[in-house]
Amino acid sequence: MAGTARGLIEVQDFCLRYETMEGTVEAVANASLTVRPGEFVSIVGPSGCGKSTLLNALAGFLTPSGGTVTVDGEGIAGPSADRGMIFQQYSLFPWKTVRQNVEFGLKMSGVSRSERERRARTLLGLAGLTPFEDHYPDRLSGGMKQRVGIVRALATGPRILLLDEPFGALDAQTRLIMQQILTNMWQRLKISVLFVTHDIDEAIFLSDRIYVMTARPGSIKAEIVVPLPRPREPAMTLSSEFLGLRRGLMSLIREESLRAMGGEVSLDALKGLAINLEGQDLATVL
Amino acid sequence: MEAALRTLPETVTRLAPTAKAPAVADTNAASSGVVRTHRLARWLRLHRGQLRGAALGLVALAVFVAVWQVLTESRATFYVRFTNVPSPADVLARAILAFHNPVFGDHIWMSCRRILYGFTLASAIAIPLGLLMGRFRILREIVFPICEVTRPIPAIAWVPMAIMLWPTNEESIVFITFLGSFFPILINTLQGMATVDPVLVRAARCLGAGEASLFREVYLPASLPQIFTGLTVGMGVAWVSLIAAEMISGQFGIGYFTWEAYSLVQYSDIALGMITIGVLGLASSLAIRLLGRIAMPWGTAR
Repeated sequence: MAGTARGLIEVQDFCLRYETMEGTVEAVANASLTVRPGEFVSIVGPSGCGKSTLLNALAGFLTPSGGTVTVDGEGIAGPSADRGMIFQQYSLFPWKTVRQNVEFGLKMSGVSRSERERRARTLLGLAGLTPFEDHYPDRLSGGMKQRVGIVRALATGPRILLLDEPFGALDAQTRLIMQQILTNMWQRLKISVLFVTHDIDEAIFLSDRIYVMTARPGSIKAEIVVPLPRPREPAMTLSSEFLGLRRGLMSLIREESLRAMGGEVSLDALKGLAINLEGQDLATVL
Repeated sequence: MEAALRTLPETVTRLAPTAKAPAVADTNAASSGVVRTHRLARWLRLHRGQLRGAALGLVALAVFVAVWQVLTESRATFYVRFTNVPSPADVLARAILAFHNPVFGDHIWMSCRRILYGFTLASAIAIPLGLLMGRFRILREIVFPICEVTRPIPAIAWVPMAIMLWPTNEESIVFITFLGSFFPILINTLQGMATVDPVLVRAARCLGAGEASLFREVYLPASLPQIFTGLTVGMGVAWVSLIAAEMISGQFGIGYFTWEAYSLVQYSDIALGMITIGVLGLASSLAIRLLGRIAMPWGTAR
């Protein structure tokens, strides 16, 4: 809520290792990134590259094995309402109504009942959720649940917003609408956002900058600036600029996804099998 | 191609208002019409399943009583002997007599009070203990082995020990009732804690919830469906344990009444006692279910 620029995220040489019976597994190795105050930044990468791990470290759910993670220069000691998080799974409390869900963070910080009711009502009004404020979450659609989730995370006035594939479980149409709602909200609030996704279109449409992560052990492979003007319109997804960015990101991620899957399909592996390729290249058959 | 693209938006805009508006108006008119004219018919149609269930249940009960009447009236003997078994008519006559006698009411009241004390005490200890054991592994590791050894001991087997432990009979009976309901409630609360969705816990912590708030706002409500399963099972076992304890060491209570009837050769009172126990057990489990509905208005259990 303060006018001063805040919400600077700095990740320096972030590493995450864990022990298994087979030895030490390196999930993330030397990842560094920055989100400037008020910036919308996405992380894309193949599945299992550790993008969610990075987000969980920022939320305060795990401590890095190496490197530093700071918000406004302060280290992270544990989860806090300063750093709002939205999960892929719907995480509304089923036993609370929509308004009680939104009030939760305020209740935790000791805001009086009447004050939190007032603030929650205002926010729900802005998000167009007033008709549903007394509904229990099980009566809401997936898109609506995530909208309430975003409003709930914003209610406490966090410095940064962390989103972990928040629209991954939604259908394509709802997903587009939610992206539009999120950019509109962000544009008004000017809060720093770190958004994890595997959807390239989503990343381009929403972000100022995009970090591409490598396959495990994850590190930053590339940083791409999205020069599209704001406010973003759905029609922009057909512009040549957008498509150019898309093509570039696609090839970057394809390389990593193939690495994550264990490399290109090998012709040798199929030698012993009785598959008749009829002289064609396997790549064209597959 | 270009022509098609140009005409497309027009078609869309033209179709939208005409298609939408009447549809909304139609459904409104239709539903309000139905509500006004055929309210009873509608209710009957929507509750057809429940009504059939209730009707069949009543018929089955009637058949049961009729068969009982026939078997006892004819003093049937085919390995099982109905010669001394009271008929439903006998039992009804005794019931009318008993309900006019304040002593019978005292028996019922004593049993209910023991259930209330034992069961409430068990819930008050087992639920918080289960929540804490679910949250803190070390507590679980310490308490769980003790539970696993004592749990298989039926509450009835505790009767002699209870009589030694407690100064009065009343206290030992309440203790037996407590033991009977304690373990089902504890085990189910633990089960509830094990199934709490971790993402809800993480969401709460991200919104600034501390340990105490987590229990109050997340762990407890998330475990409530299983806790109520535990309470329902616990209530059943509480009655089983109570009746056994009363038969052995009571001076009052519906279990004592039933056993005393046998000693005094008041055969009709045996059946009366049994039916009373059944009705009381049914009533208390209905009460728990009602409490569950009130405690969980969000209705994920249904």
